[in-house]
Amino acid sequence: MNTVKKVYLDHSATTPIRAEVAQAMMVAMTEQFGNPSSVHSFGRAAKKALEEAREQVAQLIGAQPGEIVFTSGGTEADNLAVIGTAMANRKKGKHIITSSIEHHALLDSCKWLEKNGFEVTYLPVDSNGLVRVEDLMAALREDTILISIMHVNNEVGTIQPIEEIGKIARDKGILFHTDAVQSVGKIPVDVNELQVDLLSLSAHKIYGPKGVGALYIRKGTRVEPRNFGGGQERKRRPGTENIPGIVGFGKAAELARINLPEEQKLIILRDKLIDGLLERIPDCQLNGDREKRIPTNVNVSIRFLEGEALLLSMDLKGIAASSGSACTSGSLDPSHVLLAMGICHEIAHGSLRMTLGRDNTEEDIDYVLDELPAIVERLRNMSPLYCCEKAAQCEVKEMCQNV
Amino acid sequence: MYSEKVMDHFTNPRNVGDLENPDGVGEVGNPTCGDIMRIAIKVEDNIITDIKFKTFGCGAAIATSSMVTEMAKGKTLEEARVITNKNVAEALDGLPPNKMHCSNLAADALKLAIDDYLAKAGQVG
Repeated sequence: MNTVKKVYLDHSATTPIRAEVAQAMMVAMTEQFGNPSSVHSFGRAAKKALEEAREQVAQLIGAQPGEIVFTSGGTEADNLAVIGTAMANRKKGKHIITSSIEHHALLDSCKWLEKNGFEVTYLPVDSNGLVRVEDLMAALREDTILISIMHVNNEVGTIQPIEEIGKIARDKGILFHTDAVQSVGKIPVDVNELQVDLLSLSAHKIYGPKGVGALYIRKGTRVEPRNFGGGQERKRRPGTENIPGIVGFGKAAELARINLPEEQKLIILRDKLIDGLLERIPDCQLNGDREKRIPTNVNVSIRFLEGEALLLSMDLKGIAASSGSACTSGSLDPSHVLLAMGICHEIAHGSLRMTLGRDNTEEDIDYVLDELPAIVERLRNMSPLYCCEKAAQCEVKEMCQNV
Repeated sequence: MYSEKVMDHFTNPRNVGDLENPDGVGEVGNPTCGDIMRIAIKVEDNIITDIKFKTFGCGAAIATSSMVTEMAKGKTLEEARVITNKNVAEALDGLPPNKMHCSNLAADALKLAIDDYLAKAGQVG
Protein backbone atom coordinates (compact mmCIF):
# COMPACT_ATOMS: atom_id res chain seq x y z
CA MET A 1 0.00 0.00 0.00
CA ASN A 2 1.32 3.41 -0.81
CA THR A 3 0.88 5.78 2.04
CA VAL A 4 -0.26 9.23 1.05
CA LYS A 5 1.42 12.14 2.78
CA LYS A 6 -1.00 13.84 5.13
CA VAL A 7 -1.08 17.61 5.42
CA TYR A 8 -3.64 19.13 7.76
CA LEU A 9 -4.48 22.68 6.74
CA ASP A 10 -7.84 23.13 8.43
CA HIS A 11 -6.86 24.50 11.85
CA SER A 12 -9.63 27.11 11.80
CA ALA A 13 -12.11 24.23 11.70
CA THR A 14 -10.45 22.49 14.61
CA THR A 15 -7.02 21.65 16.00
CA PRO A 16 -5.50 18.45 17.37
CA ILE A 17 -5.36 18.25 21.17
CA ARG A 18 -1.83 18.77 22.49
CA ALA A 19 -0.29 15.97 24.52
CA GLU A 20 -0.02 18.12 27.68
CA VAL A 21 -3.71 18.98 27.35
CA ALA A 22 -4.76 15.35 26.92
CA GLN A 23 -2.66 14.42 29.96
CA ALA A 24 -4.32 17.05 32.13
CA MET A 25 -7.73 15.85 30.94
CA MET A 26 -6.87 12.25 31.78
CA VAL A 27 -6.11 13.28 35.36
CA ALA A 28 -9.37 15.24 35.49
CA MET A 29 -11.35 12.23 34.27
CA THR A 30 -9.77 9.64 36.52
CA GLU A 31 -8.76 11.53 39.66
CA GLN A 32 -10.76 14.77 39.73
CA PHE A 33 -14.06 13.13 38.90
CA GLY A 34 -16.06 14.61 41.77
CA ASN A 35 -18.88 17.09 41.35
CA PRO A 36 -17.46 20.55 42.07
CA SER A 37 -20.64 21.41 44.01
CA SER A 38 -20.09 18.55 46.49
CA VAL A 39 -18.66 19.31 49.92
CA HIS A 40 -16.45 16.19 50.22
CA SER A 41 -12.81 15.87 49.19
CA PHE A 42 -13.70 14.52 45.74
CA GLY A 43 -15.85 17.54 45.08
CA ARG A 44 -13.22 19.90 46.43
CA ALA A 45 -10.54 18.38 44.17
CA ALA A 46 -12.76 18.96 41.14
CA LYS A 47 -13.58 22.49 42.29
CA LYS A 48 -9.88 23.25 42.64
CA ALA A 49 -9.20 21.99 39.11
CA LEU A 50 -12.12 24.08 37.82
CA GLU A 51 -10.87 27.28 39.45
CA GLU A 52 -7.32 26.70 38.25
CA ALA A 53 -8.60 26.39 34.70
CA ARG A 54 -10.64 29.56 35.15
CA GLU A 55 -7.47 31.38 36.15
CA GLN A 56 -5.56 30.02 33.16
CA VAL A 57 -8.27 31.14 30.74
CA ALA A 58 -8.60 34.55 32.42
CA GLN A 59 -4.85 35.08 32.18
CA LEU A 60 -4.87 34.38 28.45
CA ILE A 61 -7.09 37.40 27.81
CA GLY A 62 -6.08 39.68 30.68
CA ALA A 63 -9.33 39.16 32.62
CA GLN A 64 -10.19 38.40 36.25
CA PRO A 65 -11.07 34.74 36.93
CA GLY A 66 -14.52 35.80 38.19
CA GLU A 67 -15.28 37.25 34.77
CA ILE A 68 -15.01 33.88 33.00
CA VAL A 69 -18.14 31.76 32.45
CA PHE A 70 -17.52 28.32 30.97
CA THR A 71 -19.88 27.20 28.22
CA SER A 72 -20.22 24.25 25.85
CA GLY A 73 -18.24 26.12 23.20
CA GLY A 74 -17.96 29.26 21.12
CA THR A 75 -21.49 28.94 19.76
CA GLU A 76 -23.06 28.91 23.21
CA ALA A 77 -20.80 31.77 24.29
CA ASP A 78 -22.00 33.86 21.33
CA ASN A 79 -25.66 32.96 21.99
CA LEU A 80 -25.35 33.87 25.67
CA ALA A 81 -23.46 37.09 24.95
CA VAL A 82 -25.92 38.49 22.46
CA ILE A 83 -29.26 37.17 23.69
CA GLY A 84 -28.28 37.36 27.36
CA THR A 85 -27.27 41.03 27.23
CA ALA A 86 -30.12 42.02 24.92
CA MET A 87 -32.69 40.49 27.27
CA ALA A 88 -31.05 42.02 30.34
CA ASN A 89 -31.07 45.48 28.72
CA ARG A 90 -34.37 45.34 26.83
CA LYS A 91 -35.88 48.14 28.91
CA LYS A 92 -33.02 50.43 27.90
CA GLY A 93 -33.29 49.88 24.17
CA LYS A 94 -34.04 47.48 21.35
CA HIS A 95 -31.25 48.17 18.89
CA ILE A 96 -28.21 46.01 18.22
CA ILE A 97 -25.35 46.54 15.76
CA THR A 98 -23.36 43.68 14.29
CA SER A 99 -21.64 42.92 10.99
CA SER A 100 -22.75 40.92 7.97
CA ILE A 101 -19.73 38.58 8.20
CA GLU A 102 -20.23 37.23 11.72
CA HIS A 103 -20.33 33.52 12.49
CA HIS A 104 -23.80 31.98 12.25
CA ALA A 105 -23.77 31.53 16.03
CA LEU A 106 -24.01 35.30 16.18
CA LEU A 107 -26.17 35.97 13.13
CA ASP A 108 -28.74 33.35 14.11
CA SER A 109 -28.90 34.79 17.64
CA CYS A 110 -29.62 38.19 16.08
CA LYS A 111 -32.34 36.68 13.89
CA TRP A 112 -33.95 35.21 17.01
CA LEU A 113 -33.82 38.63 18.67
CA GLU A 114 -35.42 40.25 15.61
CA LYS A 115 -38.31 37.83 15.94
CA ASN A 116 -38.60 38.86 19.56
CA GLY A 117 -38.95 42.59 19.15
CA PHE A 118 -35.35 43.76 18.70
CA GLU A 119 -33.93 45.64 15.72
CA VAL A 120 -30.55 44.67 14.29
CA THR A 121 -28.27 46.62 11.95
CA TYR A 122 -25.89 44.42 9.95
CA LEU A 123 -22.91 46.54 8.97
CA PRO A 124 -21.47 45.95 5.49
CA VAL A 125 -17.75 45.26 4.97
CA ASP A 126 -15.31 46.50 2.36
CA SER A 127 -13.87 44.27 -0.36
CA ASN A 128 -11.15 43.09 2.06
CA GLY A 129 -13.72 42.06 4.65
CA LEU A 130 -13.16 44.97 7.03
CA VAL A 131 -15.87 46.80 8.94
CA ARG A 132 -15.63 50.57 8.43
CA VAL A 133 -15.76 52.59 11.64
CA GLU A 134 -17.69 55.38 9.87
CA ASP A 135 -20.44 52.89 9.02
CA LEU A 136 -20.63 51.96 12.68
CA MET A 137 -20.83 55.62 13.70
CA ALA A 138 -23.66 56.18 11.23
CA ALA A 139 -25.57 53.18 12.56
CA LEU A 140 -25.52 54.28 16.22
CA ARG A 141 -28.90 55.17 17.70
CA GLU A 142 -30.20 56.48 21.00
CA ASP A 143 -31.59 53.04 21.77
CA THR A 144 -28.51 51.01 20.75
CA ILE A 145 -27.76 48.62 23.61
CA LEU A 146 -25.15 46.31 22.13
CA ILE A 147 -22.45 46.22 19.46
CA SER A 148 -21.06 42.82 18.47
CA ILE A 149 -18.22 42.63 15.95
CA MET A 150 -15.97 39.60 15.60
CA HIS A 151 -12.25 40.07 16.27
CA VAL A 152 -11.09 37.86 13.39
CA ASN A 153 -13.23 36.41 10.65
CA ASN A 154 -13.18 32.62 10.51
CA GLU A 155 -13.13 32.41 6.72
CA VAL A 156 -10.81 35.13 5.49
CA GLY A 157 -8.80 35.78 8.67
CA THR A 158 -9.31 39.54 8.56
CA ILE A 159 -8.55 41.39 11.82
CA GLN A 160 -11.23 43.97 12.62
CA PRO A 161 -10.51 47.36 14.25
CA ILE A 162 -11.80 46.16 17.62
CA GLU A 163 -9.84 48.66 19.75
CA GLU A 164 -11.28 51.55 17.81
CA ILE A 165 -14.81 50.19 18.03
CA GLY A 166 -14.29 49.44 21.72
CA LYS A 167 -13.39 53.05 22.37
CA ILE A 168 -16.49 54.30 20.57
CA ALA A 169 -18.72 51.87 22.46
CA ARG A 170 -17.18 52.87 25.78
CA ASP A 171 -17.60 56.59 25.02
CA LYS A 172 -21.25 56.09 24.12
CA GLY A 173 -21.93 53.76 27.04
CA ILE A 174 -22.94 50.86 24.78
CA LEU A 175 -22.04 47.26 25.62
CA PHE A 176 -19.50 45.73 23.27
CA HIS A 177 -19.07 42.03 22.51
CA THR A 178 -16.45 40.42 20.29
CA ASP A 179 -16.20 36.84 19.10
CA ALA A 180 -12.50 36.07 19.61
CA VAL A 181 -12.73 32.38 18.76
CA GLN A 182 -10.44 32.79 15.73
CA SER A 183 -8.06 35.39 17.15
CA VAL A 184 -7.09 34.10 20.57
CA GLY A 185 -3.82 32.20 20.58
CA LYS A 186 -2.89 33.66 17.21
CA ILE A 187 -2.64 37.38 17.94
CA PRO A 188 -2.67 39.25 21.28
CA VAL A 189 -6.12 39.41 22.87
CA ASP A 190 -6.53 41.58 25.96
CA VAL A 191 -9.99 42.56 27.13
CA ASN A 192 -8.79 45.89 28.52
CA GLU A 193 -6.80 46.90 25.47
CA LEU A 194 -9.71 45.95 23.23
CA GLN A 195 -12.16 47.65 25.63
CA VAL A 196 -14.71 44.88 25.30
CA ASP A 197 -17.41 43.98 27.82
CA LEU A 198 -18.00 40.47 26.50
CA LEU A 199 -15.73 38.13 24.57
CA SER A 200 -16.31 34.58 23.26
CA LEU A 201 -13.70 31.82 23.33
CA SER A 202 -13.51 28.21 22.18
CA ALA A 203 -11.06 25.55 23.39
CA HIS A 204 -10.81 23.37 20.31
CA LYS A 205 -9.39 26.15 18.15
CA ILE A 206 -6.36 26.44 20.44
CA TYR A 207 -5.36 22.76 20.66
CA GLY A 208 -7.87 22.04 23.41
CA PRO A 209 -10.91 19.74 23.48
CA LYS A 210 -14.22 20.17 21.65
CA GLY A 211 -17.39 20.91 23.57
CA VAL A 212 -15.99 23.62 25.82
CA GLY A 213 -15.67 27.36 25.52
CA ALA A 214 -16.08 30.46 27.63
CA LEU A 215 -17.70 33.84 27.70
CA TYR A 216 -15.79 36.69 29.31
CA ILE A 217 -18.29 38.99 31.03
CA ARG A 218 -16.80 42.21 32.40
CA LYS A 219 -17.59 42.66 36.06
CA GLY A 220 -20.87 44.54 36.50
CA THR A 221 -22.25 43.61 33.06
CA ARG A 222 -25.79 42.26 33.25
CA VAL A 223 -26.45 39.06 31.32
CA GLU A 224 -29.61 36.98 31.58
CA PRO A 225 -28.92 33.24 31.59
CA ARG A 226 -30.12 31.02 28.75
CA ASN A 227 -29.92 27.82 30.81
CA PHE A 228 -31.80 27.13 34.01
CA GLY A 229 -31.42 24.68 36.86
CA GLY A 230 -28.57 25.48 39.20
CA GLY A 231 -26.23 28.07 40.61
CA GLN A 232 -23.11 27.10 38.72
CA GLU A 233 -20.99 29.72 36.94
CA ARG A 234 -22.56 32.45 39.10
CA LYS A 235 -25.99 31.44 37.84
CA ARG A 236 -25.04 32.48 34.32
CA ARG A 237 -24.59 28.94 33.07
CA PRO A 238 -26.25 26.34 35.32
CA GLY A 239 -25.43 22.65 34.98
CA THR A 240 -22.67 20.44 36.38
CA GLU A 241 -19.40 21.67 34.92
CA ASN A 242 -17.61 19.73 32.18
CA ILE A 243 -14.47 19.31 34.32
CA PRO A 244 -12.31 17.29 31.88
CA GLY A 245 -13.14 19.72 29.08
CA ILE A 246 -12.60 22.79 31.23
CA VAL A 247 -9.30 21.46 32.61
CA GLY A 248 -8.17 20.77 29.03
CA PHE A 249 -9.25 24.27 28.03
CA GLY A 250 -7.26 25.72 30.94
CA LYS A 251 -4.11 23.88 29.93
CA ALA A 252 -4.58 24.80 26.27
CA ALA A 253 -5.05 28.46 27.29
CA GLU A 254 -1.86 28.42 29.33
CA LEU A 255 0.10 26.93 26.44
CA ALA A 256 -1.47 29.37 23.97
CA ARG A 257 -0.33 32.29 26.13
CA ILE A 258 3.22 30.97 26.44
CA ASN A 259 3.48 30.01 22.75
CA LEU A 260 1.91 33.16 21.29
CA PRO A 261 5.25 34.53 19.96
CA GLU A 262 5.76 31.27 18.03
CA GLU A 263 2.56 31.87 16.06
CA GLN A 264 4.28 34.80 14.37
CA LYS A 265 6.59 32.31 12.65
CA LEU A 266 3.62 30.98 10.72
CA ILE A 267 3.48 34.27 8.80
CA ILE A 268 6.47 33.04 6.77
CA LEU A 269 4.65 29.83 5.80
CA ARG A 270 1.40 31.71 5.17
CA ASP A 271 3.05 34.18 2.82
CA LYS A 272 4.97 31.43 1.04
CA LEU A 273 1.67 29.63 0.44
CA ILE A 274 -0.17 32.75 -0.72
CA ASP A 275 2.62 33.86 -3.05
CA GLY A 276 3.10 30.34 -4.38
CA LEU A 277 -0.59 29.90 -5.17
CA LEU A 278 -0.92 33.27 -6.88
CA GLU A 279 2.21 32.58 -8.90
CA ARG A 280 1.51 28.99 -9.94
CA ILE A 281 -2.24 29.06 -10.50
CA PRO A 282 -3.64 31.41 -13.12
CA ASP A 283 -6.94 33.17 -12.38
CA CYS A 284 -6.46 32.81 -8.66
CA GLN A 285 -7.13 35.66 -6.23
CA LEU A 286 -6.52 36.24 -2.53
CA ASN A 287 -9.64 36.82 -0.44
CA GLY A 288 -9.36 39.11 2.58
CA ASP A 289 -6.89 41.76 3.63
CA ARG A 290 -3.26 40.89 2.93
CA GLU A 291 -1.84 42.77 5.94
CA LYS A 292 -4.61 42.83 8.55
CA ARG A 293 -4.69 39.06 8.63
CA ILE A 294 -3.95 36.42 11.26
CA PRO A 295 -0.70 34.45 10.74
CA THR A 296 -2.57 31.22 9.99
CA ASN A 297 -5.13 32.09 7.30
CA VAL A 298 -4.92 31.62 3.55
CA ASN A 299 -8.09 32.06 1.50
CA VAL A 300 -8.05 32.15 -2.28
CA SER A 301 -10.66 31.84 -5.01
CA ILE A 302 -9.70 29.65 -7.91
CA ARG A 303 -11.85 30.53 -10.89
CA PHE A 304 -13.75 28.11 -13.12
CA LEU A 305 -13.99 25.32 -10.60
CA GLU A 306 -16.11 24.42 -7.60
CA GLY A 307 -14.79 24.15 -4.08
CA GLU A 308 -16.10 20.78 -3.02
CA ALA A 309 -14.65 19.03 -6.07
CA LEU A 310 -11.37 20.73 -5.24
CA LEU A 311 -11.47 19.56 -1.61
CA LEU A 312 -12.22 15.97 -2.64
CA SER A 313 -9.30 16.01 -5.08
CA MET A 314 -6.98 17.48 -2.46
CA ASP A 315 -8.14 14.93 0.09
CA LEU A 316 -7.12 12.14 -2.30
CA LYS A 317 -3.61 13.63 -2.05
CA GLY A 318 -3.85 13.81 1.75
CA ILE A 319 -4.38 17.57 1.95
CA ALA A 320 -7.16 18.70 4.30
CA ALA A 321 -8.67 22.15 3.68
CA SER A 322 -12.10 23.78 3.46
CA SER A 323 -14.16 25.91 1.11
CA GLY A 324 -16.92 28.48 1.09
CA SER A 325 -18.78 26.83 -1.77
CA ALA A 326 -22.49 26.15 -1.41
CA CYS A 327 -21.87 22.42 -1.31
CA THR A 328 -19.69 22.76 1.74
CA SER A 329 -21.70 25.48 3.46
CA GLY A 330 -24.71 23.19 3.67
CA SER A 331 -26.98 25.65 1.90
CA LEU A 332 -27.68 26.64 -1.68
CA ASP A 333 -25.64 29.81 -1.34
CA PRO A 334 -21.90 30.05 -1.03
CA SER A 335 -20.19 31.73 1.93
CA HIS A 336 -22.09 34.75 3.29
CA VAL A 337 -18.71 36.28 4.14
CA LEU A 338 -17.38 36.24 0.58
CA LEU A 339 -20.71 37.49 -0.78
CA ALA A 340 -20.68 40.36 1.74
CA MET A 341 -17.22 41.29 0.47
CA GLY A 342 -18.75 41.76 -2.98
CA ILE A 343 -17.28 38.57 -4.42
CA CYS A 344 -19.75 37.10 -6.90
CA HIS A 345 -21.35 33.67 -6.51
CA GLU A 346 -19.26 32.00 -9.20
CA ILE A 347 -15.98 33.04 -7.62
CA ALA A 348 -17.17 32.31 -4.09
CA HIS A 349 -18.00 28.74 -5.17
CA GLY A 350 -14.34 28.28 -6.04
CA SER A 351 -12.97 29.50 -2.73
CA LEU A 352 -10.35 27.53 -0.86
CA ARG A 353 -9.40 28.11 2.78
CA MET A 354 -6.18 26.66 4.14
CA THR A 355 -5.44 27.39 7.78
CA LEU A 356 -2.05 26.69 9.27
CA GLY A 357 -1.14 25.30 12.66
CA ARG A 358 1.88 24.84 14.88
CA ASP A 359 2.82 21.47 13.37
CA ASN A 360 2.91 22.60 9.74
CA THR A 361 6.31 22.75 8.05
CA GLU A 362 7.80 24.33 4.98
CA GLU A 363 7.77 20.85 3.46
CA ASP A 364 3.97 20.79 3.82
CA ILE A 365 3.69 24.05 1.92
CA ASP A 366 6.01 22.78 -0.83
CA TYR A 367 3.90 19.63 -1.13
CA VAL A 368 0.68 21.65 -1.52
CA LEU A 369 2.27 23.98 -4.06
CA ASP A 370 3.54 20.98 -6.02
CA GLU A 371 0.24 19.08 -6.03
CA LEU A 372 -2.36 21.82 -6.39
CA PRO A 373 -1.69 23.11 -9.93
CA ALA A 374 -2.31 19.66 -11.47
CA ILE A 375 -5.52 19.22 -9.43
CA VAL A 376 -6.77 22.62 -10.58
CA GLU A 377 -5.84 21.89 -14.18
CA ARG A 378 -7.73 18.57 -14.15
CA LEU A 379 -10.93 20.14 -12.77
CA ARG A 380 -10.71 23.12 -15.09
CA ASN A 381 -10.38 20.85 -18.09
CA MET A 382 -13.65 19.27 -17.03
CA SER A 383 -15.36 22.62 -16.59
CA PRO A 384 -17.52 24.12 -19.36
CA LEU A 385 -16.74 27.56 -17.88
CA TYR A 386 -13.05 27.28 -18.67
CA CYS A 387 -13.83 28.21 -22.20
CA CYS A 388 -10.96 30.33 -23.29
CA GLU A 389 -7.36 31.16 -22.66
CA LYS A 390 -8.14 34.76 -21.98
CA ALA A 391 -10.33 34.94 -18.91
CA ALA A 392 -11.42 38.45 -19.86
CA GLN A 393 -13.55 37.00 -22.65
CA CYS A 394 -15.32 34.53 -20.44
CA GLU A 395 -18.97 34.78 -19.69
CA VAL A 396 -18.30 34.43 -15.97
CA LYS A 397 -16.07 37.44 -15.88
CA GLU A 398 -18.71 39.55 -17.58
CA MET A 399 -21.32 38.43 -15.12
CA CYS A 400 -19.03 39.16 -12.21
CA GLN A 401 -18.20 42.63 -13.34
CA ASN A 402 -21.83 43.54 -12.97
CA VAL A 403 -21.83 42.69 -9.28
CA MET B 1 -20.24 10.70 2.66
CA TYR B 2 -19.97 9.60 -0.99
CA SER B 3 -20.24 5.97 -2.11
CA GLU B 4 -17.25 4.20 -3.63
CA LYS B 5 -18.91 4.39 -7.04
CA VAL B 6 -19.31 8.15 -6.79
CA MET B 7 -15.66 8.50 -5.83
CA ASP B 8 -14.66 6.21 -8.70
CA HIS B 9 -16.59 8.30 -11.24
CA PHE B 10 -15.26 11.50 -9.68
CA THR B 11 -11.66 10.28 -9.75
CA ASN B 12 -11.84 8.61 -13.17
CA PRO B 13 -14.69 10.29 -14.98
CA ARG B 14 -15.83 8.59 -18.19
CA ASN B 15 -16.35 10.50 -21.44
CA VAL B 16 -15.07 13.91 -20.37
CA GLY B 17 -14.64 16.50 -23.07
CA ASP B 18 -16.28 18.05 -26.12
CA LEU B 19 -17.45 16.54 -29.42
CA GLU B 20 -16.58 18.02 -32.76
CA ASN B 21 -19.79 18.81 -34.60
CA PRO B 22 -22.14 17.26 -32.06
CA ASP B 23 -25.62 16.25 -33.21
CA GLY B 24 -27.18 17.50 -30.02
CA VAL B 25 -26.12 19.54 -26.98
CA GLY B 26 -27.90 19.99 -23.65
CA GLU B 27 -26.92 22.27 -20.79
CA VAL B 28 -28.45 22.64 -17.32
CA GLY B 29 -27.69 24.68 -14.22
CA ASN B 30 -25.97 28.02 -13.88
CA PRO B 31 -22.74 29.19 -12.30
CA THR B 32 -24.57 31.15 -9.59
CA CYS B 33 -25.79 27.96 -7.97
CA GLY B 34 -22.47 26.27 -8.52
CA ASP B 35 -23.43 23.59 -11.03
CA ILE B 36 -23.35 23.56 -14.81
CA MET B 37 -23.50 20.37 -16.85
CA ARG B 38 -23.14 20.21 -20.60
CA ILE B 39 -23.70 16.99 -22.52
CA ALA B 40 -23.02 16.54 -26.24
CA ILE B 41 -24.14 13.53 -28.31
CA LYS B 42 -23.47 11.94 -31.66
CA VAL B 43 -26.41 10.00 -33.12
CA GLU B 44 -26.37 7.38 -35.86
CA ASP B 45 -29.42 5.33 -36.84
CA ASN B 46 -31.29 6.48 -33.75
CA ILE B 47 -28.47 5.28 -31.48
CA ILE B 48 -26.20 7.41 -29.29
CA THR B 49 -22.81 6.41 -30.68
CA ASP B 50 -20.74 8.95 -28.79
CA ILE B 51 -21.31 11.17 -25.80
CA LYS B 52 -19.16 13.64 -23.88
CA PHE B 53 -19.70 15.84 -20.87
CA LYS B 54 -18.20 18.91 -19.25
CA THR B 55 -19.22 19.87 -15.74
CA PHE B 56 -18.54 22.70 -13.34
CA GLY B 57 -19.66 21.53 -9.94
CA CYS B 58 -19.13 19.41 -6.88
CA GLY B 59 -18.12 15.75 -6.68
CA ALA B 60 -21.71 14.58 -7.13
CA ALA B 61 -22.21 16.79 -10.17
CA ILE B 62 -19.13 15.33 -11.85
CA ALA B 63 -19.96 11.72 -10.90
CA THR B 64 -23.58 11.92 -12.09
CA SER B 65 -22.46 13.45 -15.38
CA SER B 66 -19.94 10.67 -15.89
CA MET B 67 -22.49 8.00 -14.97
CA VAL B 68 -25.20 9.28 -17.28
CA THR B 69 -22.82 9.23 -20.25
CA GLU B 70 -21.98 5.62 -19.48
CA MET B 71 -25.67 4.71 -19.17
CA ALA B 72 -26.66 6.43 -22.41
CA LYS B 73 -23.84 5.35 -24.69
CA GLY B 74 -25.03 2.73 -27.24
CA LYS B 75 -28.67 3.19 -26.27
CA THR B 76 -31.46 4.17 -28.64
CA LEU B 77 -32.80 7.69 -28.23
CA GLU B 78 -36.02 6.31 -26.74
CA GLU B 79 -34.11 4.24 -24.19
CA ALA B 80 -31.79 7.10 -23.28
CA ARG B 81 -34.60 9.61 -23.02
CA VAL B 82 -36.32 7.76 -20.17
CA ILE B 83 -33.21 7.69 -17.95
CA THR B 84 -34.09 9.74 -14.88
CA ASN B 85 -31.94 11.59 -12.35
CA LYS B 86 -33.13 9.01 -9.85
CA ASN B 87 -31.82 6.17 -12.06
CA VAL B 88 -28.45 7.89 -12.21
CA ALA B 89 -28.28 8.29 -8.43
CA GLU B 90 -29.23 4.64 -7.97
CA ALA B 91 -26.57 3.50 -10.41
CA LEU B 92 -24.04 5.34 -8.23
CA ASP B 93 -25.28 3.47 -5.12
CA GLY B 94 -27.06 6.59 -3.95
CA LEU B 95 -26.15 10.20 -3.22
CA PRO B 96 -26.23 12.12 0.06
CA PRO B 97 -29.73 13.60 0.55
CA ASN B 98 -28.58 17.21 0.16
CA LYS B 99 -27.13 16.35 -3.25
CA MET B 100 -30.31 14.86 -4.71
CA HIS B 101 -31.65 18.20 -5.91
CA CYS B 102 -28.78 20.57 -6.56
CA SER B 103 -26.24 18.27 -8.17
CA ASN B 104 -28.33 15.50 -9.68
CA LEU B 105 -29.25 17.04 -13.02
CA ALA B 106 -27.23 14.99 -15.48
CA ALA B 107 -30.25 13.11 -16.90
CA ASP B 108 -31.92 16.48 -17.54
CA ALA B 109 -28.90 17.59 -19.55
CA LEU B 110 -29.02 14.35 -21.55
CA LYS B 111 -32.73 14.85 -22.27
CA LEU B 112 -32.04 18.38 -23.49
CA ALA B 113 -29.28 17.06 -25.76
CA ILE B 114 -31.66 14.49 -27.25
CA ASP B 115 -34.37 17.12 -27.70
CA ASP B 116 -31.82 19.40 -29.33
CA TYR B 117 -30.93 16.60 -31.77
CA LEU B 118 -34.59 15.84 -32.51
CA ALA B 119 -35.37 19.51 -33.09
CA LYS B 120 -32.45 19.89 -35.48
CA ALA B 121 -33.26 16.61 -37.25
CA GLY B 122 -36.87 17.68 -37.56
CA GLN B 123 -35.86 20.97 -39.11
CA VAL B 124 -33.52 19.32 -41.59
CA GLY B 125 -35.82 16.45 -42.52
